[in-house]
Amino acid sequence: MGSLIRAITDGVLGGGVYGLMAVGLTLIFGVLDIINIAQGILVVLGAYLTYVLWAHLHIDQFLGLLITIPGMFILGVAIQYLFIRPLRGRERTSMSLLACYSVAIIIEGILYQIFGSNYVSINDYWTSPQATVQIFGYYLPYIYLLGFALAVVSVMAIYLMLYRTQFGRSVRATMQDHTAARLVGIDVNRVAAVTFGIGVAVTAAGGMVFGSLNAFNPNTGYDLISRLLAIVILGGMGSIGGALGAAVLMITLESLVDVYWNPEWSVVVFYAVLVAVLVFRPQGLFGRKEARAQ
Amino acid sequence: MKPAAIWRAAGLVVLVGAAAVIPLAKNVTVTHVGVFVLLYVGAAVGWNIFSGFTGYISLGAAVFFGVGVYTVALISKHLDLVGGVVFALYPLAGLAAAVVAVPFGLVALRVRRHTFVVVTIAIFFIFQFMASNFSWTGGVSGIFPPFLDWDPNTFDMPFYYTALVVAVASAVLAWAIWGSRFGLQLRAIRDDEDRARGLGVKTMRVKLTAFVISGFIIGILGGLYFYFQSEALPEYAFNPFFDLTVALMAFIGGFGTLSGPIFGALLLEPYLGYAQYQVTNAYVAEIVLGALFLVVIIFLPRGILPTAGEKLTALAAGWQRRAASRDTGPPPGTPGSPAGAAAAGSTASTGPAP
Amino acid sequence: MTALLRTENVSKAFGGVQALAGCTLEVDRGSIAGLIGPNGSGKTTLFNMITGYGRVDSGDVYLGGTRITNLAPDKVFALGIGRTFQLTRVFSRLTVMENMIVAAHYKERSRQQGGRIRNPFARAGGTATRQRAMELLEFTGIAKLAGARAETLSYGQRKLLELSYVLIAEPEIILLDEPAGGVNPTLVGTIADRIRELNRRGTTFLIVEHNMEFVMGLCDRVTVLDYGTAVVSGTPDEVRNDHRVLDAYLGTAEEDDDSPAA
Repeated sequence: MGSLIRAITDGVLGGGVYGLMAVGLTLIFGVLDIINIAQGILVVLGAYLTYVLWAHLHIDQFLGLLITIPGMFILGVAIQYLFIRPLRGRERTSMSLLACYSVAIIIEGILYQIFGSNYVSINDYWTSPQATVQIFGYYLPYIYLLGFALAVVSVMAIYLMLYRTQFGRSVRATMQDHTAARLVGIDVNRVAAVTFGIGVAVTAAGGMVFGSLNAFNPNTGYDLISRLLAIVILGGMGSIGGALGAAVLMITLESLVDVYWNPEWSVVVFYAVLVAVLVFRPQGLFGRKEARAQ
Repeated sequence: MKPAAIWRAAGLVVLVGAAAVIPLAKNVTVTHVGVFVLLYVGAAVGWNIFSGFTGYISLGAAVFFGVGVYTVALISKHLDLVGGVVFALYPLAGLAAAVVAVPFGLVALRVRRHTFVVVTIAIFFIFQFMASNFSWTGGVSGIFPPFLDWDPNTFDMPFYYTALVVAVASAVLAWAIWGSRFGLQLRAIRDDEDRARGLGVKTMRVKLTAFVISGFIIGILGGLYFYFQSEALPEYAFNPFFDLTVALMAFIGGFGTLSGPIFGALLLEPYLGYAQYQVTNAYVAEIVLGALFLVVIIFLPRGILPTAGEKLTALAAGWQRRAASRDTGPPPGTPGSPAGAAAAGSTASTGPAP
Repeated sequence: MTALLRTENVSKAFGGVQALAGCTLEVDRGSIAGLIGPNGSGKTTLFNMITGYGRVDSGDVYLGGTRITNLAPDKVFALGIGRTFQLTRVFSRLTVMENMIVAAHYKERSRQQGGRIRNPFARAGGTATRQRAMELLEFTGIAKLAGARAETLSYGQRKLLELSYVLIAEPEIILLDEPAGGVNPTLVGTIADRIRELNRRGTTFLIVEHNMEFVMGLCDRVTVLDYGTAVVSGTPDEVRNDHRVLDAYLGTAEEDDDSPAA
């Protein structure tokens, strides 16, 4: 029973963090209609940034977010502006994906060049053994709780932005129809750039938490993106609530498999669920039923 | 046959002939790189038969390659095969990949185009995971072939010629498909799949067939790889860069065209293959690959061949206009203007251009 | 005359919008029928229901005596109903001739004797098909564009192409969605002539149009759709003079309700 609660707690808390990263991915898809396959390596980049700030400049990982979040935001805007916006023609969506993939391997190569293939992790105060809180007899590391809280706050911020601000309204309008949005005076390009920026900025936060809980190297990007893709497909592409729900579900499932079956096979859960979803309900739990047009 | 077609055919024959004599120069490095070049030509053509013709970009070709590698690897491990009979295994590798392509395609082809890409990526991860974690695939350590005691100076030659045959056969197959009813249906699917379906085209069947053919070709090449490189390792057999490289070659040469992938592979692989020897740092190669891809996608979206072709056609048209206007005197209006030149081209111009 | 195509009480809603509310329509064999009505009255939705681009909520569609409700588009096509779209749908990267061949292949296949294994690499489009395609392209006037890629065609030429490739399947009845929309006046006349000629040769038509002159001059019978139901059906003269049609398009003055202006 104890391990069950543990597994579920890990799952929910971890799911929150993955949910944040997945929300970024699904937001980009909803507005720009592209799948940012670089999201995985961007999380790793976010993790490395926090690592560098902590290891070399001794900046606390949470404070470091004040630097990394805006930094990643700018990177996201730059990627969209330089590599996505110029794409034209009918095959735009597929080409955007290839562009994202290219950016991903460039970043991966650069990270390998700078950091090599050694595993590192962030071992700040928050991840040290003393930084735990005791609840009902279980020791819960602060980082889990704070990471989850961070995820919740960020998603709420995004939600508020989308539904309570003028800009958010522009985003939602663009999600529904680019042409109509343009017709009412929305600068679709700006919306696209900023949305991409936001989608990438969340990887700073996600990366920080991920890097505190796991050892990582540039190769970890693949593992991350395969999970994020599975989560987003399960939740339905373009659905923010779906991304969150799917993340919590999948991570909890994985953590249960981890505890009760075999840790090495937990990632199989992801793949199995992914295939099952694709076979039985390709649009995911909350996705729009896509017309089979191009 | 049109004269242009005759020229093209002649050019291809010359190309194939040249390729056939290269190994006779006995330069081991050149032959070795040559095998890779031909391997990628075949893979790019095979990839293009599905992705280029239907427009469904697949990043799961590495699945077929890897299945081919491991099929031959497993058979050779259990039967301890050496000698010429090894080459008989390649069709089996292709067959295994084709068999895998069926459920793969049935799952992946039910979704929209860019979900499809994601699905192929996901399936790729699944296969890479399986190869790394199952004991019967050798896990992370992989499988190694029994030693082939052939003369090291000519070791690569049989692989070279096999790859050449596969590359040529694939190209011929692609050409046959292009002009056939099947090929037309594929291309119609690329333009407007729903309309095609509404007109009675059995889209799933057509797409799946092309997918399986593509898998077969790439699977054979995977089988070849096993003895050629003497290894079956998960991260090389199921290598994400394979997918990207093949896609890049097809794009550079002209996505969806017949000669595009061939041209792209011939252009790119000698550099990439050679760079593997010179550049000890694989990470730089990664960065270059990504950067190259970005450049091609953004600036040459239709590929080098078609873009160059268009530029040449535009140039030729410009020359023709100028030549015509020279023959009939200066045109009215601004010199060299299309309206003026066109009017001048047809009759001696007297009045204002229409 | 017997009704070739019949819809019976077809209803379809999209979320909160009731696009069709018990729509009943009859098209006689050999006639040219018109379907008019203000924007949003459900004309294209009705076409979509008939041709399988969507499922009805209730009601039925009949072709001759056969119930064809909710059949997939390719089955409907196979039964002899051709259809064009408001925004022309052609295969852009294929040539005009290739467009024709794709549309013809179904008929081509059913013409061949069953049981014969077809060569998968057979050249696309046999001689007979190509000949017939050229005949049709000459009929619609775009034969000289046979080798041109469809994306290079002008809007009007594309409409003609769509009409041509629908024709190559030799349908019994053709549903035309705004054939004269956005087309220059000369071409409109040509299109009307072609329709009349085809009708004379036996094809039935159901045409959605906003161009009143076109519809009234061409159709034997006109049905008016308003808010998803057929309010009037009759000869052009009858319809022209029926006050309900004016109401549908312009709204009534006395009640001053919120019907949309035309």
